[in-house]
Amino acid sequence: MSDLDRDRIDPWREHGLTTAEYELIIQLMGRKPNYGEMALFGIMWSEHCSYKNSRAQLRKFPTTGPQVIQGPGENAGVVDVGDGWGVAFKIESHNHPSAIEPYQGAATGIGGIIRDIFAVGARPIASLDSLRFGALDNNRTRRLLNGVVAGIAGYGNCLGIPTVAGEVYFHPDYQENPLVGAMSVGLVRVDRIFKGSATGVGNVVMVVGAKTGRDGIKGASFASEELSDSDTDKRPNVQVGDPFMEKLLLEATLEILDRGLVIGLQDLGAAGLTSSAAEMAGRAGNGLYLDIDKVPLREEGLTPWEIMLSESQERMLLVVDPIRVGDIQAVFDKWDLDAAAIGEVTGDGYFTVRKGQEILARVPAGLLTDQAPVNFRSVREPAYFKEKKKADFICEHEYGDVAELFKRLLASPNLASRRWIYEQYDHMVGLNTVGRPGGDAAVLRLPGGSRKGLALTVDCNSRYVYLNPRLGGAIAVAEAARNLAAVGARPLALTNCLNFGNPENPEIYWQFVQATDGLAEAARILDIPVTGGNVSFYNEYNGRPIPPTPTIGMVGLLDEIENRLTVDFKVSGDLIFVVGKTREELGASEVHYLLTGRDEGEVPELDLALALRLNQFLVVAAGRKLLRSAHDVAEGGLAVALAESALAGGLGVDLKIELDVSPPALLFGESQSRVVISVRPDRSGELETLARSFALPLTYLGVVGGRDFRLVAGGLALVVPLAELADLHQNSLARLAAL
Amino acid sequence: MRGRAVAAVLVFPGSNCDRDCARAWEAVTGQAADFVWHKETRLPDYDLLILPGGFSFGDYLRCGAIARFSPVIAEVKRLADRGHYVLGICNGFQILTEVGLLPGAMRRNRDLLFICRDVYLRVENIRTDFTCGYSTGAIISYPIAHGDGGFSIDSRGLRELQDKDRIVFRYAGPDGRVVAGGSPNGSLDEIAGIINGRGNVLGLMPHPERLAEAILGGDDGRVMFQSIFQTITGATV
Amino acid sequence: MKFRVQVAVLLKKSVLDPQGAAVERALKSHGYEGIKAVRVGKLIELEVEDESRCEVKTKVTAWADQLLANPVLETFDVIVEPQL
Repeated sequence: MSDLDRDRIDPWREHGLTTAEYELIIQLMGRKPNYGEMALFGIMWSEHCSYKNSRAQLRKFPTTGPQVIQGPGENAGVVDVGDGWGVAFKIESHNHPSAIEPYQGAATGIGGIIRDIFAVGARPIASLDSLRFGALDNNRTRRLLNGVVAGIAGYGNCLGIPTVAGEVYFHPDYQENPLVGAMSVGLVRVDRIFKGSATGVGNVVMVVGAKTGRDGIKGASFASEELSDSDTDKRPNVQVGDPFMEKLLLEATLEILDRGLVIGLQDLGAAGLTSSAAEMAGRAGNGLYLDIDKVPLREEGLTPWEIMLSESQERMLLVVDPIRVGDIQAVFDKWDLDAAAIGEVTGDGYFTVRKGQEILARVPAGLLTDQAPVNFRSVREPAYFKEKKKADFICEHEYGDVAELFKRLLASPNLASRRWIYEQYDHMVGLNTVGRPGGDAAVLRLPGGSRKGLALTVDCNSRYVYLNPRLGGAIAVAEAARNLAAVGARPLALTNCLNFGNPENPEIYWQFVQATDGLAEAARILDIPVTGGNVSFYNEYNGRPIPPTPTIGMVGLLDEIENRLTVDFKVSGDLIFVVGKTREELGASEVHYLLTGRDEGEVPELDLALALRLNQFLVVAAGRKLLRSAHDVAEGGLAVALAESALAGGLGVDLKIELDVSPPALLFGESQSRVVISVRPDRSGELETLARSFALPLTYLGVVGGRDFRLVAGGLALVVPLAELADLHQNSLARLAAL
Repeated sequence: MRGRAVAAVLVFPGSNCDRDCARAWEAVTGQAADFVWHKETRLPDYDLLILPGGFSFGDYLRCGAIARFSPVIAEVKRLADRGHYVLGICNGFQILTEVGLLPGAMRRNRDLLFICRDVYLRVENIRTDFTCGYSTGAIISYPIAHGDGGFSIDSRGLRELQDKDRIVFRYAGPDGRVVAGGSPNGSLDEIAGIINGRGNVLGLMPHPERLAEAILGGDDGRVMFQSIFQTITGATV
Repeated sequence: MKFRVQVAVLLKKSVLDPQGAAVERALKSHGYEGIKAVRVGKLIELEVEDESRCEVKTKVTAWADQLLANPVLETFDVIVEPQL
C-alpha cells in the first residue's frame, strides 16, 4: 500500500484501532503517532495482548493461596508441590491458525505454550489438549480433526514431552471455528523461577533460537477479529513449527538458566518482538530499545515492521548482564542456534525501536502495556436463555430399545473412547506417566524418588455453559476438580482458556460475564485459585458464534502416588456404589442431544458445598486404600460411567438399581457431583461410615463380574455382552474420523 | 567376575529417550550410565552403548539418516567390532540400520499414524545376551511409540534373519500367537527386533525402558537390562 | 557455475507405499477413476556452485546414495539444471 492510499482511509483502522483509541493515543503521547508507533499500539492494545475486553472480569477470580508461588501476569503460574519443587502450568488457545492450517496451527500452539513454561525456568513434563470441532459426519471436520491431532503429535512427540490427557467434543457450531487449546506443565525448583521482566538498566536484550522470517505477520490482531468468507486475503502467512528447533532451544535455554546466566526471559509469541519486548519492559517499569538491524534474519528484504511483528516460531527474548553475552553465545553455538544482542534496557521508560541510529518509534512503554483502555462492554441476556430451558424430554416408552440407545451413546462422537487420538500422542516418554490417558485425570510421578503424584486434567462442557453460562462456568470448575479427586488428588490451582464469540455483541458479553462469575464462585468455594490463562474472543464464523467454552485446566496433588485411584473394575465380586445424588435431570444431556439434535433444558443443579465434600471424601478414601476403583459420572450419565469402568477392567457387571427417578434419568441423566466406585465386600461397612461422615448419599448398585453388562432398574432390563460394547466404544472414533 | 557394567547412553540433539534409558538402567542395575554427546570422537571402552529413542536430527529427511554421520558413530562401530554390546531402541534401531550395523530399514507405519501403546511381543530367541533372562516363547509387553516402525528388508535378507535365528522379537497377540499382518505397523514377518550375526548388536522398535518399573504399568523390560548386566558382570540384580 | 539440482526420491516399486495408497484411494473416491497407481516420494531441491554439470551430477548422486535416499527402500533421480 502506498502512503497515498494509507492517507485515504483512516490509517489507525489498518492497525485495528478505533477512532476513540487513536484519539486517546494522541492525548497520552501529546502528539500524533507515526506509522510504526500506530502499529505498536494496534498490536499492544489488541484484545489478544491487552485483554481490554476481559480484564475487568478477570479480576473476579481468586488468585492466592498458600500453594500459589506465582499467580497471573507472568509467563505461567507456579504452585508449590513440596520438596523444593514447583509446578508451572498454563493453557492457551490457537484457534484461528488451526482453522486455516490445522497441522501447523496446532503444532505451533503446542510450541508456544511449551516456551511459556520453560520461560519460567521449568522443564516441561507434560502436555494436555482441549479440542472442539464441528459435527464429525462432515469431511471438513474430519480433515481438521486429523490435521490437529497429527500436528499436536508431530510437535510434542518429536520434542519428547508426553501428551498425557485431554478432551475433545463435537458440535456443529464449531464447524468453521474449531478450538485448539494446549496446556503445558513443567517442573521448576522453587528458588529458580524466572520472570519475564526487563530489570537492570544497561542490561542487554538478546533474541535467541530461530532466525526471523516473514511468518504470521499480525497474528495478534488476526486473533482479535472474526473469521469470514470474505477476508481470505487478510489472513497472515501461516507460521510453521519446527519441533527439532524447539528441542534445541529448550535444552539451550534450560542450560543457560541452570548456569545462572539470565536475568529475565520471555517467549516470542503473537506480535513477536514487539509484544515480548514491550511486556518485559512494562513489567519492570523500565524502558528498552531494540535495533532491528541486529536481528538475525532468515530471508532478505524484510521491512522494519515485518521484523518487529514477525511471528517466526522457536525464538526467545532474554535480558542478560552484559558480561554474560559471550557465555550465552557459546551455549547457543553448541546447539547450533543464533543468539544476538539486539538492544538494551534503559532508564528512560521509553520503548524505542531503532534501525541503526535512526529512531523508528519511541513510545512510553507503560502506555503500550498498561494504558490500553479497559472496555466495559454492555450486556444483554439473550432470548434463548429462557426459551431453551423448556424442553420436551423423550419419554421412556419412546426410547425404543434401550440397549440400542445405550450402544449408540457409547459409540457416539462425544462419548466414544478417545484412544484413536491419544495413541497418536507419545504419552509415556519421560517415564513419569503413571496414570495414562483414558482415566479421569493423568497421574505423573515427581522427581527425586518422591512418593507424591501430580494429577492433571482439562475439562469443559460447553452445552451447559451455552444454556446457563453462570452454572455452566461453575460446573466446568467442579467437574475438573472432581476428575482430580477421582484419582485421589487434592486440586491445587487452575488455569483457564476462555473461548467466546465477539465481545462487542452484548449477548456474547453477557455469556462471558456470567460464565466468569460462575467460574469465580466455584473456584472460591472449592478453594482452587486461578494462576493464569488466556482469553480468546471473536470465535465466530460469518456472525455465528461458537458455544461459549471456558476450558479449565487443573493440577492436583496426591500425597502417595501408590494410593491413586483408577477407573477400572478390578475383581469379580466387588460391590459397586454411586456416591452423590441422582435427580430427575435430563436437561442439557448428551442423550437428549443424540436423540433430538437440540441443546435445551435446564442444566443440572450444582451444590458446591456437596461437591467439595465429595472431593474430600475421595481423597480420604484413596488415602485409606478403601476403594478399588473410582470414576467420575459425566456426559452420558450413570450407565456410561459404569460401562467405562467395566470396559477398562474387562469385567462385566450385574446391577440392580433402585433410585427414585425415571429410568431415562437414572441411566443417562447428568446429575452433578457423582462418582461410581467399587469396593471389596468386606469393606463396604467402612465405606458407608465414611460417606455418612461427609454427609454424602451412597447408593448400592450391584456387583462386578461376568461377561455382560447387565442392569435392571424399575421395569427396565439392559443386557449387552461386554465384548460388543468394547468394540463400539474403543474403535468407534477411529471409524468416524477416517478420511 | 566384575561387579560393574560401564554403560553409556548416546545423546543426539533430538534424542528424547536418553534420560529414560539411563533412568531405567539405573533403576534396574543400581548403576548410573554416562551420557555421551554425539560429537565425541573418542570413547572409553564402554561395555554397553545404548542408542536411545527420539528424533535424532528432527528426522525430517528420514529417521536416523543424519545421525549416521555423527562423529560418535565411528566409535560405536569400533566398539561393536570389538564385541562390546550395542542396544538400539526405536530411533536407535533406525540409526543402527542406517549405519549398517543391522540390516533392513523402517517404513512409515501401515496406517500412517504415530502409534503409542503397549504391545505384546514373543521372545523368539532367548539365547542372546540381551534376552537370556526370558523363558522360551515368553510373551511380554513393551510399549511402542513411533511413526516409522514398519520393518522392511529384501527377501534374501529376511531369509538370512530367519535361518540364522536373528529375529529376537515378533509382534504377537495377547495369547502369544504371531499372525501374518498382525503387527501394529506393517512390519515384515511381524519383526519387532533383530540382532547381528555376532550377537552383540540388538535393535528393536519397542521400548523396554518404558516398562522396567512396576509403577509405570509393568516391568517386562527389566529382564532385558538384567540379562545384559548379568552377561557383562556375572552378577545378578 | 550455479546449478539447480532436484533429487526425486521414491520408494522402490517392490516396497509397499501406504501414503501412495492413501492418495490413490482419495483420488478415486473423489471420482478420478482413471488413476492406476500413485507413489508418494520426496523432492529435494539444492542450489549448488561447482565447476561443471558433470561434477555436480557425480557428487549429488553420491550424496543421494549415502544420505538423501536409503537404498534399502528407495530409488532416486538426480536432475541438474544450469542456473543463469
